[in-house]
Amino acid sequence: MSRKITIKAFKYNPLSKISKPHFNTYELEETSGMTLFVALNQIRENFDPDLSFDFVCRAGICGSCAMLVNGKPQLACRTLTKDYEDGVIELMPLPVFKLIKDLSVNTGEWMAAMNSRVESWIHTTKVTDISKQEEKVDPELAQKTFELDRCIECGICVAACGTAIMRNDFIGAVGLNRIARFRVDPLDERTDEDFYELVGDDSGIFGCMSLLGCEDQCPKHLPLQNQIAFIRRKMASVK
Amino acid sequence: MNIIYSDALIIGGGLAGLRSAVATAEKGNKTIVLSMCPVRRSHSAAAQGGMQASLGNSKMSEGDNEDVHFADTVKGSDWGCDQEVARMFCQTAPKAIRELASWGVPWTRITKGDRSAIINAQKTTITESEEVHGLIHSRDFGGTKKWRTCYTADATGHTMLFGVANRCAQLGVDIRDRKEAIALIHKDGRCYGAIVRDLITGELDAFVARATMIATGGYGRIYKHTTNAVICEGIGAAIALETGVAQLGNMEAVQFHPTPIVPSGILLTEGCRGDGGILRDVDGHRFMPDYEPEKKELASRDVVSRRIMEHIRKGKGVKSPYGEHVWLDISILGREHIEKNLRDVQEICQIFNGIDPADTELDENGIGKGWAPILPMQHYSMGGIKTKPTGESPTLKGLFSSGEAACWDMHGFNRLGGNSVAETVVAGMIVGDYMADFCLENEIDIDTKFIQSFVDKENDYITKLINSDGKYNIFEIKNKMKDIMWEHVAIFRTGEGLEKAVKELEELYKESLNIKISNKERFGNPELEEAYRVPKMLKLALCVAKGALDRTESRGAHYREDYPKRDDANWLKRTLASWKDGDTMPTLTYEPLDIMKMEMPPAFRGYGAKGNIIEHADSAKRQKEVDETKERLKAEGKGRYEIQDALMHYELQPKFKAPNQRVGVGNE
Repeated sequence: MSRKITIKAFKYNPLSKISKPHFNTYELEETSGMTLFVALNQIRENFDPDLSFDFVCRAGICGSCAMLVNGKPQLACRTLTKDYEDGVIELMPLPVFKLIKDLSVNTGEWMAAMNSRVESWIHTTKVTDISKQEEKVDPELAQKTFELDRCIECGICVAACGTAIMRNDFIGAVGLNRIARFRVDPLDERTDEDFYELVGDDSGIFGCMSLLGCEDQCPKHLPLQNQIAFIRRKMASVK
Repeated sequence: MNIIYSDALIIGGGLAGLRSAVATAEKGNKTIVLSMCPVRRSHSAAAQGGMQASLGNSKMSEGDNEDVHFADTVKGSDWGCDQEVARMFCQTAPKAIRELASWGVPWTRITKGDRSAIINAQKTTITESEEVHGLIHSRDFGGTKKWRTCYTADATGHTMLFGVANRCAQLGVDIRDRKEAIALIHKDGRCYGAIVRDLITGELDAFVARATMIATGGYGRIYKHTTNAVICEGIGAAIALETGVAQLGNMEAVQFHPTPIVPSGILLTEGCRGDGGILRDVDGHRFMPDYEPEKKELASRDVVSRRIMEHIRKGKGVKSPYGEHVWLDISILGREHIEKNLRDVQEICQIFNGIDPADTELDENGIGKGWAPILPMQHYSMGGIKTKPTGESPTLKGLFSSGEAACWDMHGFNRLGGNSVAETVVAGMIVGDYMADFCLENEIDIDTKFIQSFVDKENDYITKLINSDGKYNIFEIKNKMKDIMWEHVAIFRTGEGLEKAVKELEELYKESLNIKISNKERFGNPELEEAYRVPKMLKLALCVAKGALDRTESRGAHYREDYPKRDDANWLKRTLASWKDGDTMPTLTYEPLDIMKMEMPPAFRGYGAKGNIIEHADSAKRQKEVDETKERLKAEGKGRYEIQDALMHYELQPKFKAPNQRVGVGNE
């Protein structure tokens, strides 16, 4: 049943004076249940110890390994080789983010800036005494907050976004989802006026062109378009 | 040479490191966190089940408190833990969870009224009172008397990690990712920071600090089969070991989980079996009742893991390109149940193995199309950098450790589910706070010339590696190490196998010093990274294997087939490993645990085989003392805090030692 598959991987080290962008092609024996995590590690161990890529959890939880697989941004750890009928898989690094080397991009730097811009923490004037019973939270609101807290910052929504590719200061669905998350959280005392200060412009909520790439590709199936549309309505009505 | 100064240097950006950073930053210390990956990608994110904290909010956790949590933890540890630390932990855990709630972790909350639950395979109705509506909920977990595990659906680690990372961002903690500490700077028993390699540019910098913390997680990746993320290679523990001054504790204490899916090693939650899923062998036969007629699939983690391996050894495993495995069958629970309650399990099976676990159809060989291939795999490292209860190394001043990287020692030889992710934040609070004080009280008194000598040494080492033109391939050595660990130092251990393992690992370590590197770049070179990591991993592997060989008893997850009894008379002690420069084998010494100081002297755990203990004479003596003291103080009308203090006083920062308020009982 086993077959040969071909992996074409983009290679380039922008810090090297001699490196030039190109593809390397590797042929390997497919095994049952093979993912790109398994395949790429085999390549590194057996054919090309120089090939750079990022995995951490290899279980679809941490968001490290997003890359373009035959042009589509997705998590490499959750990509099965058997789903590619002709057995040819072309891998490229995510666009928008700064290239580190080969298939590895700097999402950490990008996300840190996003988190700082949306002030990604609870804004409250209350002081908590941790020896006392916790503040009660409506179970449904807690659940709603959780649903939006599931984002893993993999960067796929940014890589799949027309606006993000055109303008480098766009906050992306990941940033707008973060706003939606704190907006629904009953512990955060920020008002719509406060959120407007953070994202009420073309690099924020009004930059979205509603092309739906973010939601289509989101590996966590977050309701990004609904949230973005809702926040846009709220932000547009801020006086 | 670039020297970056800070007050607190924290190596590792998971929950333990980040929560410690909050503690040091809150006291005004300039804090730097170094992480190999963006911190929100740390392995902490993979914790699904939840965090133990005795809030006692919901119906099924009524009556819970620190005392009950403490007893569960000590039994779980098979009496291998430091009971003072276990007390510190249990007292602080409710505060930790309440603090996280205030930082925005969206804990699942209790809804008043009726809900149905499956308990002992029976459908049961639980009624929550109006009073607890909106308080933090908790679920059932193995080895606990009460439902104590607080959770956010099945993504607890993720939400906790983002909550703590958000708090760090708020406090302006200086987080630098894609940085790897490759050596500690130390002199005369004092730690001054670390030599750090930038994983993008390959540059070496010296990070110098008043206090240094290692919070780099476990060392699961020394095993072929593990649930751990690929970054869990134990490098933090290894650089502490390489100082020759700091010691590692109980490295042979390694936990295995029964049901990760093959080959990826991704966990399928214990909930699968909790809800009624069963294990089947190559013939489709349900084998657990043959071994454990009472508990069947729901015996404790270590027991189920051992039985699976035993059955595979009997030739009943299913052969696959990835080795032998058995099946986990949840299709018997019905599609509706799976799609509602085991959604993530279904997704993992679908994505990674292309099977639908709800599929009840059998193939031509009588094998269910929906059965998931599973095999017990390495899961958790109880061992790590030996610390005092303050989290500081007893032998290397100014070096702290917390989380899975540490042997703080609340887990002893077996960790309870829900206590690991709890430890990360609780240790972060306690140890981080002690470290913050250390920073305030201690100056940096080291000259730059000395720092330069450490940078030069590491630079020379990297240069030597790049130019190395020896015999062996580093990837092959790494894979051989993983095979040896899996073959001989895993769930079942024998003197013969361990001796072989130690010998072969030592040989591999020598080979790792004689490798050939094909890629000569100083940066963007994964082969180079393997070249300096693998010898470090081999040192850890040798600590585990040698520790297991010398420990001639079975305790918790450490199971010796040739010594199946827990031997309190001879082995109630902690293994300490150190490594002398130039050696090819660790030096092991032992630190006894004093029964006469224990609040809970050793006894039967309440599960597993009974009468399998070689008792220590002090156990009965101390138990008598404890009983008498309890009785006397109760008669005097003393409360549980006073009784506890009389039995075993422990130090803890007053803000953490304060009583925890609970519904219905106040501070009692």
